[in-house]
Parts: sequence; structure tokens; C-alpha cells
Amino acid sequence: MIDKTTASAAAIGQVRDGQTVMVGGFGAPGTPFLLLERLLEQGTTGLTLVKNDANEPGSGISRLLEAGRATRLIASHIGLNPTAVALMNRREIEVELHPQGILAEKIRAGGAGLLGFLTDIGVDTILRRSREVLNLDGREAILERALRADVALIHAAQADRSGNLVFAKSARNFCPLMAMAADTVIVEVEEVVATGRIDPDAVHLPGAFVDHLVLLEKLTPDYGVLPHHVL
Amino acid sequence: MSFKEKIAARAAREIRSGQVINLGIGIPTMILDYLPGEVEVLVQAENGILGIGPRCRAGDEDRNLIDAGANYVTLVPGASFFDSALSFALIRGGRVDISFLGTLEVAANGDLANWIVPGKMAPGIGGGMELAQKARRLVVTTSHTTRDGEPKILERCTLPLTAKGCVKTIITELAVIDVTSQGLMLRELAAETDLATVRSLTGAPLLCGEGEIPRF
Repeated sequence: MIDKTTASAAAIGQVRDGQTVMVGGFGAPGTPFLLLERLLEQGTTGLTLVKNDANEPGSGISRLLEAGRATRLIASHIGLNPTAVALMNRREIEVELHPQGILAEKIRAGGAGLLGFLTDIGVDTILRRSREVLNLDGREAILERALRADVALIHAAQADRSGNLVFAKSARNFCPLMAMAADTVIVEVEEVVATGRIDPDAVHLPGAFVDHLVLLEKLTPDYGVLPHHVL
Repeated sequence: MSFKEKIAARAAREIRSGQVINLGIGIPTMILDYLPGEVEVLVQAENGILGIGPRCRAGDEDRNLIDAGANYVTLVPGASFFDSALSFALIRGGRVDISFLGTLEVAANGDLANWIVPGKMAPGIGGGMELAQKARRLVVTTSHTTRDGEPKILERCTLPLTAKGCVKTIITELAVIDVTSQGLMLRELAAETDLATVRSLTGAPLLCGEGEIPRF
């Protein structure tokens, strides 16, 4: 029987200095906080991080940014993290920002073995200055290149030992897309069940996209309801 | 009622039963509080939800259930979850009937500028550009003027655009204005204001139809 479960240190030990790492999550849900903590402890540096946002100060990828472990961040919106905005404004990290669905689609294209795609999103804006604009049947279109990574770190609610994944509610977001777009995929998971226990119709991401499963022993406060977002 | 509540309450009346809508951060998230019970809508959130329900009661928060503004939310029957690529396929594919967005500036030609103030504020693009460009109808909900009392509704935007010619309707605490091929058309006036005041606070010519202007 295939068994992809492993210890977090062994899994994260594969991440090397200078690599590109995709990190799942939209805000907190889907963010692999444990894997990020192990990556910080390990001291890996010179990273390019790809995440929708920059989490919030003191949490998630913000801890790597604050420790100077990333030289570059590819994201959509980092407004909930004033620390990351300050690092960007001081040019201590290079930040590349994309429309959110275009970022998702760049990753999806990378995962689907495509080289890129054409879109009219942003064609009438300053985005065109930093992008290649083509003519498609008389219409202007921006050429967006596909995005891939060396490693993807994602969070799932449930896995079977072969790596089939189930995500919870809004914690799905970028996780399955990133798992498709990286050479090595490490998943932290809240529950691991025997292979065959997840109904094939209920699988959100087939195990073929998953290399390593790390079981979360406990959920730290980062995973919980965040008091400052409660109305 | 605060001016924000007034805008949200008026914006709610733009929604028809059966529509798919997306609510931007700020005033738009308050719109659901004013939706009559018989109006059935599916609220979409960029992070992969269709079918957000009424505001979450304290203590009922689910750690895995937030909207794109990081607020804890509830669901309505028939709700569904999906990944971010599918979520934006829904937006760019034209399945969102109304997108409600706040703004920094909006122009008489329907141009929208709400994502960047060069040198001051550039936190990112988020989902706004795709919503503005691809929703079937874009309704801007905004205070009529800036904090300094300067018009936000202008002949032409001065800030970098989010999208060109995308705005269909502007709802402020003072007026409901439609963007037409002739220019800005005043559809309604707030109860406590008058046409001269609204014109003085608007940075572009404001057309009026025949007869008395309806109040809200």
C-alpha cells in the first residue's frame, strides 16, 4: 500500500535555499502554518514565495518575510499585512502583484502543463506597462506566463495514506492549484485515514499530485478563529 | 443611520431575486443586512464560496469559513465551495450579475480607480480588476466626497484605472447616479439634500430627467 505520511522535518528538509515555494491559503484558512514554522526553524533562505496574500504580521509567511528569508513575493493583495507592505516599500523584498484570478490561473496553467494564456484583464490599465501585449484577432490581449514552483506547501482537512485530499470550506482556495504546479508537494493534514476510506466522488485533489503528508498533531492558535476578525 | 448604512440600504434595492452578486470590502459587505427576506440571492466570495448568508453571530464563527475580506460568514441552503481558479472563472465568465465595489474615484465615462495611489498606497489588486471588468453590472457604493470634502465623482479619473468604462451606477449618501452614453444621469436624490448641493459636490456635469426627482 502506498503510504505518503512522513515527519515534518524530513519533508521540509527537501526545501533548498533560493527555491520557489508556493504556499496555499487565502488569509488563514488553507495556510500551512506548521510547515512554514518548520521552514523558518530550518533556516532556508533566498526564497521566492508565491501566496495569494502575505498573511498577517507575526503569522504564516509573514514570519519568513520578517526574518529576511524571502527575496521575492508573488501575490495578489498584501493589504492585511502592514509589515509586508513596509518591507515592499523599503524594497527589502521584491513584490510582484497580480489580479487575483490571474494569479490563480497562472498557477493552474503551470499545473496543467501549459506555458501561458491570453487575457484582456488589465489591458486598459498600468499593468500593460510590465506585460507583453499581443493582438488577438484585432483585440489587445495580455500574455500571461504560467507559474510553477519547486515546492508547494498546502493544508488539507483530510487525507488518505495514498495522498487523496479533502479540503474544508473556504480553506480550499489556492491549495489544489498549487499542488498541481510544483515539483514537490508537501501537505499538512488534520486527519489521515486508511486508503479507501474517502469516497472517490468526495476527493477534491487526487493523490497523484501529492508527494508527502505531514499529520498535524495539534492546531495552534493560528488555525483557530482569529479574535480580531470577529465582529 | 450612518452615511454608510444609508448607502448600503439603498444599494440593497438594486438587487433582484435569483441574482448572483459579489460584495467588495467596506460598505458593500453591509448590503445583506438590508436585503428584504423574500429576495433570494447567491453571494459569491472570491476565495471560493457561492451562497454567503447573513452576518455571523458572535460565537458561531467557523475557522474555515471567511469571506474575501477575512470576515467570518454564514451560508445559505444551496451554498457551494470551490477553488480560486473556478471562483474567477465564475467572475470572468460573466456569471456575476452585480458587483458592488467601493472606490477612490469614479468618472463620468464609467472609469473606475480604486486600487492604487502611486507612492502612497499599493497593497495589491485583489479581485477588483476582474470584477470591475467582467461583472454584468458594476455598482459603485461610495461616500460622495473624500474625507477632505473633494469630489470623488469626476470628469476623468486622476489615479491609475482599475478598469475602463465599467461603472453602470453610483450610489452615495446623497444620490443615485447612472452612467449613460450622454453622461451622468441623476436617478434619485437623498431626502435631506437638494440638487444644487449635489451638483456642487460632484466633479462632473449631472443630467436630470423631466419632472420631480425621486427621493430615497
